[in-house]
Amino acid sequence: MDTSILIAIFPQVLLDGIVLGFMYALIALGYTMVYGVLEFINFAHSEIFVLGAFVGVEILLALKFWGILDAFSPFLVLGILLLAGMAASGLLAVTVERVAYRPLRAAPRLIPLISAIGVSFSLQDIIRLCESLWNNAFNLVYPTMDQLNFRFQLTETIDVSVKSLVVIAAALLMLWALHLIVNRTKVGKAIRAVAEDQATASLMGINVNRMISLTFLIGGAMGGAAGVLFGVQYSLVNPYTGFIPGIKAFTAAVLGGIGNIPGAMVGGLVLGLLEAFAASYLSLLTGGAFGAEYKDIFAFSILILILIFRPKGLLGEVVRERA
Amino acid sequence: MRRHCMNVKLGIALTIALLLVPSVVLAGTAKATIKIATQSPLSGEMSAVGEGMKLGTQLAIEQLKGPVEKLGFKVELVPFDDQGKPDVGVANARNMITDKEILAVIGHYNSGVAIPSSEVYKEASLVEVSPANTNPLITDRNLPNVNRVCGRDDVQGAVGAEFAKSLKIKSAYVIHDKTTYGQSVAEFFRDNAKKLGIEILGFEGTEERSNFDPILTPAKAKNPDLIYFGGIYSQAAPLFKQAREKGIKARFLGPDGLDSSDLTKIAGKTVVGMNYTTVAGPVTVYPKAKEFAKAYKEKFKKDPEPFGAQSYDSTAIALKAIEAAIKDAGGKLPSREAVAAAVRKVKHNGLTGNIEFDGKGDPKKALYFVMQVVSEDPAKWNDNKEVKRLEIAAPPLKK
Repeated sequence: MDTSILIAIFPQVLLDGIVLGFMYALIALGYTMVYGVLEFINFAHSEIFVLGAFVGVEILLALKFWGILDAFSPFLVLGILLLAGMAASGLLAVTVERVAYRPLRAAPRLIPLISAIGVSFSLQDIIRLCESLWNNAFNLVYPTMDQLNFRFQLTETIDVSVKSLVVIAAALLMLWALHLIVNRTKVGKAIRAVAEDQATASLMGINVNRMISLTFLIGGAMGGAAGVLFGVQYSLVNPYTGFIPGIKAFTAAVLGGIGNIPGAMVGGLVLGLLEAFAASYLSLLTGGAFGAEYKDIFAFSILILILIFRPKGLLGEVVRERA
Repeated sequence: MRRHCMNVKLGIALTIALLLVPSVVLAGTAKATIKIATQSPLSGEMSAVGEGMKLGTQLAIEQLKGPVEKLGFKVELVPFDDQGKPDVGVANARNMITDKEILAVIGHYNSGVAIPSSEVYKEASLVEVSPANTNPLITDRNLPNVNRVCGRDDVQGAVGAEFAKSLKIKSAYVIHDKTTYGQSVAEFFRDNAKKLGIEILGFEGTEERSNFDPILTPAKAKNPDLIYFGGIYSQAAPLFKQAREKGIKARFLGPDGLDSSDLTKIAGKTVVGMNYTTVAGPVTVYPKAKEFAKAYKEKFKKDPEPFGAQSYDSTAIALKAIEAAIKDAGGKLPSREAVAAAVRKVKHNGLTGNIEFDGKGDPKKALYFVMQVVSEDPAKWNDNKEVKRLEIAAPPLKK
C-alpha cells in the first residue's frame, strides 16, 4: 500500500467529493421541499432535473450552430442556460403537479406515489421522443467552453477546474437564495404554514393550492439548475441519466432529514464525499480486491448504518404536526 | 333469445372460417419468403454502429438477393433492436425463433448480448453470422450455429500489448467497463502487457457514464505512460475527455469498441492522435469496399460506419448458404440446420477479404489493425490512419 499516494490524492478527492456533493444537494432540495409540504416523494423530480440539462444543451448547440457561442463570455452563457433551465424545469414541475398529483390529493398516500413513478417513466420517453424527432439523436454532448475547462493548479497535486468552482458557487448562491425566500419572505412564511398544517393555513386565508404550486416551481427550478450544471460538468446527457443521480439525491435528502432544507444540503455533501472517496480509495486500500465499481455499495451501506442509528436523518425530519 | 344468440355466434364462426379458406389457398400459391434478421443496438448510446450494421445488411440483401429470388423465394430484412442489453437480446431471440421464415441472424454488436442470445438461437438451430463480436467465448463454446467474420479479443489484446511495447511504453493503467467484452479484452491486454514487461499500475472496472473524476484521480497520481480502456466508445469518449481535462498526459489506447465516429463527436480534439486496435477498421482500408462505400453513401446519405462492410459480407455468406441449402432441399424451403451447416462450408471472397470458417466458426485467418485517430471531425473517421496490419489465424480450442 503506497501511503504517499493515498495522502497525495486526498485533497483532490476531497474537492471532487464536494463538487459532486453540491450537485446532489441541489437535486435533493426538490425532493425535500415537496416532501416537507405534501409528505409526498416526487419521483418525477429526476426527469425535471434532466430536462434542465437538455434545455441547456439545446441552447448551447443552437448558439454554436449560429456561430456566436464564442462571442459571449462563458459566464454570461452559463447565466442564460441556468435561467432557461430553471424556467423550463419549474414550469414542468408545476404542470406535473397540476396534471398528475392535484387530482389525487385526497387519495391514500400510495396512489400519488404510483402516479409519480408513472410520470417519471413517461417523461423519460417523452424527452427521448422529442429529442429523436428534433435532433435525430438523444445522446447529446455539451459543446466545450474552453474557459470553463481551464484548470487552476493550486499545488503540485491539486487542481480545480473553473467549472467545478462555478458549480460550487452556483449551488451556494441558490441555497442562500432559497433560505432567504423560505425564511424571510411572506411567501416563504405561507409555504411553511402550509407545510405545518394545511387546513389551518387555508383558514388563515392562504391559498393552499397556489402555495403548493409555488413549492413545486421552486423545487423544480433548483432541479433544473442542477441539470444545467450537471451537463456542463460531465458533458454527456441522455434522457435516462437523471434516474441514478435522482435516486442518490433522494437518499441524500433522507440522510439529512427529509423535509429539512439545510438537511438536504448536508445529506448531499455527505453522500458526494462518500462516493468520491470510495471510488478513488477502495481499490488502493483493498489492494484491488474491491474496485471503484463498489462505490455505490459502500456509500449506501454507510447510509444504512447512519439511518439505523439516527432514523430521522442527520438534522432531523421536519413534517406536519399531527394534532 | 338463446336461439338468436346461438345463431349469431354460428354466423360469426362461419364467416371467419370462410375468410380463412382463401387466405390458406393464397398462401400456398404465393412466393414463400425467406427472412434475414439483424440484431444490433438501434437506439441508445451505441446506435451509431448498430444502425450501420443494419444498413450494411440491408444493402447486401438488395444487391445480392438475385440468386435466391431466382429459385422462387422473396428475401426480406427483419431488423431487431437489442439496445445493447442482454435481456432485450434474449427476448428478441425468443421472438425470432417462432417466425419460421427467419433463416439467419446477422448480429450482434455486443458480445455480452450475443452469448446469451446465441443459446436461444441454438435451441432452434438458427444460424448466427456475427460481423462484430470479438469475445473468444462466442466460438469457443463450439456451437454449430454460431460464426463470426472478424477476429478475437485474445489476439486483439495481444496485438494491443505488442503495439504498446513498440511505443516504448513502460507503465499502463487499465480501465474496463465490466461487460463480457470490455473486461475480457482488458484482461487480455493486461496479461500480455505484463509478459512483455510493461508495469500494470492499476486495473479498474466502472459502469459510470458521466463522472470519471474519482477514478481518474488515482490514475493521475500514479502517472502511467498509457491508459488502456476496454469498452465501448460511448463510455470511452467522456473518460478520455475528462482525463485530458484533468491534466493527464498519458497516451490512450483501446480495442475495437472505440471504433466509431461518435468517439470524436463526443471527445473532440482530446482523442486526436490516439491509437486503437480493431478487427474491422474504416471502409478505406479494404480495397474492394470502394463500390460498397459509394453505394452506401448514395442510398443512405451518410458514410458507412465500422462493421458495415463486415455486415455486408456476413449477409453475403448467409445468402450464399441459403442458396446452397435450397438447392440441396430440391427447391423447397430449407431447414435451419441445413442453412447452418451450409454457412460453415461457405468460402466467400468478400469486401473484407477471403472468409472461410474453421471447425468452431472462427474465420481461418482474421485481420487485425492498429489505427490512429487523425481528425476531431467525426465525418473524417474513415480517414483514420492505418498504422499496422496483421493477419493472424484464430487460436484453436484449448483441449
